[in-house]
Amino acid sequence: MKIFYELGRYWIFLAGMFTRPENFSIYRKQVMLEMDAIGINSVGIVSLVSIFMGAVITLQTAYNLINPLVPLWAVGLVVRDSIIIEFSPTIIMLVLAGKVGSSIASEIGTMRVTEQIDALEIMGINSTSYLVIPKMLAAIFITPFIVLISMFVGIAGGWVVGELTGVVPSLDYITGLQSEFLPFNVFFAMVKTVVFAFIITTVSSYHGYYTSGGALEVGKSSTRAVVFSSILILIFDYILTQLILI
Amino acid sequence: MIQVQNISKGFYGKLVLKNVTNTFEEGKVNLIIGGSGSGKTVLMKCMVGLYEVDEGAIEYDGRDFSAMTKLERKSIRREIGMLFQGSALFDSMTVEENVMFPLTMLSKMDEEEKRDRANFCLQRVNLDNANNLFPAEISGGMKKRVAIARAIAMKPKYLFCDEPNSGLDPKTSIVIDELIKEITYEFQMTTVINTHDMNSVLMMGDNIIFIYKGEKFWSGSSKDILNSGNEQLENFVFASKVMQDLRRHLKN
Repeated sequence: MKIFYELGRYWIFLAGMFTRPENFSIYRKQVMLEMDAIGINSVGIVSLVSIFMGAVITLQTAYNLINPLVPLWAVGLVVRDSIIIEFSPTIIMLVLAGKVGSSIASEIGTMRVTEQIDALEIMGINSTSYLVIPKMLAAIFITPFIVLISMFVGIAGGWVVGELTGVVPSLDYITGLQSEFLPFNVFFAMVKTVVFAFIITTVSSYHGYYTSGGALEVGKSSTRAVVFSSILILIFDYILTQLILI
Repeated sequence: MIQVQNISKGFYGKLVLKNVTNTFEEGKVNLIIGGSGSGKTVLMKCMVGLYEVDEGAIEYDGRDFSAMTKLERKSIRREIGMLFQGSALFDSMTVEENVMFPLTMLSKMDEEEKRDRANFCLQRVNLDNANNLFPAEISGGMKKRVAIARAIAMKPKYLFCDEPNSGLDPKTSIVIDELIKEITYEFQMTTVINTHDMNSVLMMGDNIIFIYKGEKFWSGSSKDILNSGNEQLENFVFASKVMQDLRRHLKN
């Protein structure tokens, strides 16, 4: 029964968020600040994860494609599509669920336990819209760029490791990258990214917003935010793949 | 003036406030006193709408706050200033930005007017040269003053203070008490203070209500408290030996 209670409260939370937000000029400034916190500050970790992700996918694909009937350039094609369709939008958003989700939940949770959210409510400000909408808009706007960066870096990582180890020569790798490219796959990845960005920001904000107690509960909310965001990302990954690709 | 009529509030089947009725007068310092867990914070949170009452009505100058929808309450909320126990300043904003925040969100003032109003409020609470500091960089007493400045920025008609002296040394507590008292008389606000600081009770209580186990047990002024004849109130107010000696001294 608890799941229905949580779901109901989450919907009420979302509905409250879109009810008469105040002063949009303030929101614009907040969105810029959040884009910096959510996006720009994540470029480093995203690049690091992507480069190793691309490298490992290249090595594993090359290791598995030992059939002489499969040309070596197929490695580039498989790496490209794996990164574009699945690894960059899903793995990177899971990484962001950990980094950004926990940060959002602990920030809002701390505001709750230190009565800052009560202060907003007393002033007559819609606290859910003030706190969540800028984060949500910023994430929806900036994460597609982060995922695009991840795609480029991941594919580049695969190319570098293929060349350095001699497993896949550059010519084969680049031939594979240029073969049978479907721009729709990038669009699909962007759709997934936007949905995951919405999940990360709203689910993490929800867990932070309903924190009660003290510092210990803030930590617990932060953990719950990451766990639930990650689970929902995986569920929606499956649903979106089924709906859009199949 | 705020009127509370027969309000009750419970949590998980346990009644925390039982049929409390009281009038909090305009231009006066109204105190809610009581021991820990007596229900005074719940009463204040019901009054400002952070908790919904189970029964009863809360009226702000005849406007039934408890019957209003969330959107209708916004207009009254903009007439309310509140000082929280832990100050509740926004950590990511400077002192000046904290005071300007309600003006930025809720008023149509331009930047210059907002800054002037914020500086007026900060000067009113005797806080100079702290505009660009963050809450983490100032003392507890200064935080309370910033919180008062933020609370009065929108020129509220009603000021609520939840344990304004908690965590402060006795000297700073007196400064904060004096400040709240002065502001109340100066701006003719209806001020409601939730406290168990006996110094505040004796120094500034124009109207006092004593809450015991969720019920209103006594009401009067700070002058009446010495001869209330109410056992529970006397046990609460004169719990320490110092207060007992003080009462003996005053009676003699």
